[in-house]
Amino acid sequence: MSLMTEMNNRALRLGVPFSVHFDLTYRCNERCEHCYLDHDDHGEMTTDEIRSVLRQLADAGVFFLTLSGGEALMRRDCFEIIEYARSLSFNVKLKTNAMLIREKQARRLRALGVEQVQISVYSHRPEVHDAVTKVPGSFKRTLAAIRLLRSYGLRVTMANVLMRGNHGDSEGVRALALEVGAVYKLDPTITPMMDGNKSVLRLRVDASELTSFFHNPNLVGDVENFCAPPPAVDESIREGLPCSAGHTACYISPYGDLYPCVQFPITCGNVRQQPFLDIWRNSPQLAEVRSIRAKHLTTCSSCSHLGGCTRCPGLAYMEGNMRGPSSADCEKSFVRTGIVTAGMLARKAAASSPAPGLVQISPVPSLTA
Amino acid sequence: MSEKYIARSSKVGARELGGEMVIMSAADSTLFSLSEVATRIWQAADGRTPLSEIVERRVCAEFDVPREAAYRDALAFVEELSSHGVLRVADHPLSEEEEPLPEAP
Repeated sequence: MSLMTEMNNRALRLGVPFSVHFDLTYRCNERCEHCYLDHDDHGEMTTDEIRSVLRQLADAGVFFLTLSGGEALMRRDCFEIIEYARSLSFNVKLKTNAMLIREKQARRLRALGVEQVQISVYSHRPEVHDAVTKVPGSFKRTLAAIRLLRSYGLRVTMANVLMRGNHGDSEGVRALALEVGAVYKLDPTITPMMDGNKSVLRLRVDASELTSFFHNPNLVGDVENFCAPPPAVDESIREGLPCSAGHTACYISPYGDLYPCVQFPITCGNVRQQPFLDIWRNSPQLAEVRSIRAKHLTTCSSCSHLGGCTRCPGLAYMEGNMRGPSSADCEKSFVRTGIVTAGMLARKAAASSPAPGLVQISPVPSLTA
Repeated sequence: MSEKYIARSSKVGARELGGEMVIMSAADSTLFSLSEVATRIWQAADGRTPLSEIVERRVCAEFDVPREAAYRDALAFVEELSSHGVLRVADHPLSEEEEPLPEAP
């Protein structure tokens, strides 16, 4: 067992929120076509409110703090917030598009001891990256910032979100990451917008494209292991937790709303109205999320993929049922292993059954009289 | 034997989890979990208190271990954390001032 797993297990036993993802703003200087956010400011927390939340998080035992957005650096107080977070000994990871990072900012991030900076890069070709962000010149600025951050010794992760428009460029982005000394991270997940709008899902790559990614050792490492059949379902798998969301991790929006995860938009409380620990310990929504074991999942509990699937409860929630399957993860499991999932079979059966409106459910008077 | 002084690096994340300290170095992203004894030493690493005094007060007084063995173990622990940039170690008291900023590339 890795030390990280051991620490997460300890946090779980103690009921400690070990990791928090905190979006400081939804405003952004890019307009990425796949983004799930509304970029207008509907009343962000003030600097003092954020400092208060950070103190509460530190007192609650939060260790991993991811600061993100929108574009976090759009806030004028972003560095003040990072500095305060570091003074509270959080391990800070910053997610940014790096458009606003120049010499001064890179130096400051290094001096503050930010552990990692994650930056989205959509292609190694400027025209493709800029077409995703809808900001001409964004690739050039982002790449210059990455080089600068690396020159100061900061750990940089290049997150490569795969979409229909850039899926052919993953090898190029990986090579670019290698060249600049960044970690490459492939992300094939496009999520619905926070308000439930699913129009961005049209950008998801299809199964045949996913197949080529999942069988590319440069992108997934050991293909045989990555694409291996799922382990036999046993009691420990059936008693397992779907993921860390709500158990050792949660998400806080710029408006103070607390969710189990950024991809799981069920409001569990608001830190402007209630102390963080009060929400963490007493929210009925979090209690419901925490009550779910793999054996409770409506369709997935009977699926052979139960012990190997990356099922996201948040995506399932956005499809209508936090205990149900997530179709995107069903597809990934199928593409990896070639084994059909229970969720796929259920959807197929539902699609082929007669429309409910055509079923006779009332007795016909002339026949029963 | 020269006296040693130890100070926590300002470049790490650190949090107590169930009585034991979890630390991650920003320099190389190595994760550490300190035992209860090591946690006491970490918490006392203010740069001003000699290591021998920390061992005496925070280890020998609270845990049933001989002084010499405790100091030897503490020194090994301190040197390991120092090699990852998690602790600063010197033969003289260390100030709490920020560590030097990185040079411009």
